[in-house]
Amino acid sequence: MSILIDENSTFIIQGITGREAVTMTRELLNYGSKVVGGVTPGRKGRDVHGVPVEDTVRAFTERMEVTGAIVAVPPAFAADAVMEAIEGGIKLIVIVTERIPRKQVAEFIEYAGQEGARIIGPNCLGLISPGKSKMGGIGGAADATQRAFKPGSIGVMSRSGGMTVEISNALSEAGLGISTAASIGGDAIIGSNYAELMPLFEADPETKGIAIYSEPGGPSEAMLAEYMTASKSRLPVVAFMAGRFMDAMPGMRFGHAGTIVEGRADTTAEKIARMEAAGISVAERIEDIPAILKQRIG
Amino acid sequence: MAMFIRVDIPEDVQAEEPLRKQLVEVCPVDIFALDGERVVTVEANLDECTLCDLCIEASGSRVKVVKLYE
Amino acid sequence: MRFYEHEAKQVLQKHGVPLPKRSVATTPEEAETAAAEIGGPVVLKSQVLSGGRMKAGGVKFADTPAEAKDAAAAILEIEISGQKPMGVLVEERRAIAQEYYAAVTWDARAKKPVIIFSDMGGIDIEEVAEQHPDHLSRTNFSNLRPFSDYIAKVAVSKTGVTGNHLGPLTRIVTALARVFVQYDLTLAEINPLARLEDGTFIALDSHMDMEEEARTSQRALLRELGIPDEDTRLARPPTPFEVAGAQVDAADTRGVAGRVVEFDGNMGLVIGAGGGSLTLFDAVRAAGGKPANYCEIGGNPSVAKAAALTKLVLSKPGVEKIAVMMNVVSNTRADIMARGIIKGCIEAGRDPGETIAIFRIPGSWEDEGFKILRKYGVDFVDRSVSMHEAAARAVAKMGA
Ligand code: SF4
Repeated sequence: MSILIDENSTFIIQGITGREAVTMTRELLNYGSKVVGGVTPGRKGRDVHGVPVEDTVRAFTERMEVTGAIVAVPPAFAADAVMEAIEGGIKLIVIVTERIPRKQVAEFIEYAGQEGARIIGPNCLGLISPGKSKMGGIGGAADATQRAFKPGSIGVMSRSGGMTVEISNALSEAGLGISTAASIGGDAIIGSNYAELMPLFEADPETKGIAIYSEPGGPSEAMLAEYMTASKSRLPVVAFMAGRFMDAMPGMRFGHAGTIVEGRADTTAEKIARMEAAGISVAERIEDIPAILKQRIG
Repeated sequence: MAMFIRVDIPEDVQAEEPLRKQLVEVCPVDIFALDGERVVTVEANLDECTLCDLCIEASGSRVKVVKLYE
Repeated sequence: MRFYEHEAKQVLQKHGVPLPKRSVATTPEEAETAAAEIGGPVVLKSQVLSGGRMKAGGVKFADTPAEAKDAAAAILEIEISGQKPMGVLVEERRAIAQEYYAAVTWDARAKKPVIIFSDMGGIDIEEVAEQHPDHLSRTNFSNLRPFSDYIAKVAVSKTGVTGNHLGPLTRIVTALARVFVQYDLTLAEINPLARLEDGTFIALDSHMDMEEEARTSQRALLRELGIPDEDTRLARPPTPFEVAGAQVDAADTRGVAGRVVEFDGNMGLVIGAGGGSLTLFDAVRAAGGKPANYCEIGGNPSVAKAAALTKLVLSKPGVEKIAVMMNVVSNTRADIMARGIIKGCIEAGRDPGETIAIFRIPGSWEDEGFKILRKYGVDFVDRSVSMHEAAARAVAKMGA
């Protein structure tokens, strides 16, 4: 099994005619993802690599079952596209667009919560259940994706898209493989953080352990630590912590919008301490993750 | 100076006006440009070639993209 | 982006928050005139973007216009966190009965704005939160429903405030919440918010940060405050090297290359992107390396852009070699990167084989990239060598 997406998932791409989206569409189709449609206003009747284009989300949801939507429209129009997807009844929305203002992100996350829809991102590479389906640019071309993501037993979550691939690749090379990998996004406010995805991995019998990439700033690591303590999770979790050098540089933003050390709780030292207290192993290097997981899974 | 890529356009391609225009259109990194009755390569853009083969396909394999590093 | 105190107060004034009489002076003479117009004792405050003004001597009191002139002259000379003040705010000084704290900011857990209110203002709010939790309230409000005054009332009332203090404080906190939402702020703070001895309430100091992404949609406000588009408002002004990096990045829209931050070391870094940069910078330091810069490159930049960034890093005095490293890439191409970086070395008059300590960009188009690297004698590794190992190898070469 896997979480969120599998071989039966169908989805549409909003903003499908954009340059990057055209490339992504081809990569998704080559990988075997079921892309059933695309939305670009005014482009109804066209197709992108054989995928039909409509003006609205409802043009698809009214006549077929659509599992999810990938939002790949420019930042100024992204929030509107997400609202349309939620209103159209779509329950899983992956937002790859970067630089959407925080207020708009918070608005559509709250609306999604009211309508029972799940948001992944923004500013992420998306989801992959190796060998089944992927949703978003994660892994790039189909052959490169197959090489970095082998099917297996580890759930991966990462605030960095690139590091989702790096960690998954290490797990694949070590023979553990991936059940589902989620690039959850680098912004300060995101639709789904680690603690919110944990119950899904918990319920997936195929998943035997979890690897996460973490960095300075924000409450995601603290929330995961609280979840682990409260839930008595069956899953061993290994975290890799990047950006240790930032502890000494408060107020500076490196990397993602969500990484800034504003108080003691934002530092890597504090996050590592909290996670270790909650039974999460913290790896010094990426290549240490597979061995620690193997040992903890037993 | 281009260090990595050279693009050769044979004379029979130069003779076909629609193809000259098509080359300019298909290349994603603007390596072709019209110069009167001829199509020429843009020196500054040659190294940006993405090896997408669109110019080769458009010309029925007559345009050659040469990797100078091979 | 951060606003100066006097700008934040202009915003509050627009929304009916009571404020002291005040005026901004850029010379000691202007400060003297301002103090004379206000009449009576004044406080003079350095207008800088960083905190810690009081400690640095950026806040002074004056009883007469002549004293105000001297105080302003002193303040205008003091750099705070490397920044000269843009001016001095001259404000009337009033007798205070009690200080409160009010702020609205984002709560990343709840994914909603949160009002933080305390009846112990003027001191470090984190300290209040730790030592007097019952004197501090946190109140989330919806992103979707219009803001209603009762939410502010609840926030104030939770700290035990009641009677004839509740009404005026509720009105001020309501205005603060509306300002936060309307102007895409990430922080709207009044500290201290004072009750004067005559029973009225005024905002003594205010601090506001606006979402960087909202600069375009908030252009009307920025115009009104007289903030030009080119005013970046960074906490530390960028160095010429960093400005040049931003220019490399802006030169063409494909990918990202050139978000650089300068350090003192001898090892140039061409690394990317977001999380990969953080990981690799740590890895270099863990191996004992001394980075000359932090940098971000990714999103499939053009050959020209990668070359320009490489040249920039090599132009920094003291940079002996560069390490070129990324995580396993999805859409950035290893061959395009190899072309750009080798080209950058050659255009800088350096031998790529000598200059590139290590090249580790596994992933898309790597086989094509390896051919190029081989031809130019560059030491490269594939994904079987981890990011940390690659960094350690590069550092080991620096001594030689
Ligand atoms: S291969 Fe593609 S990028 Fe290169 S010259 Fe031909 S069309 Fe342009």
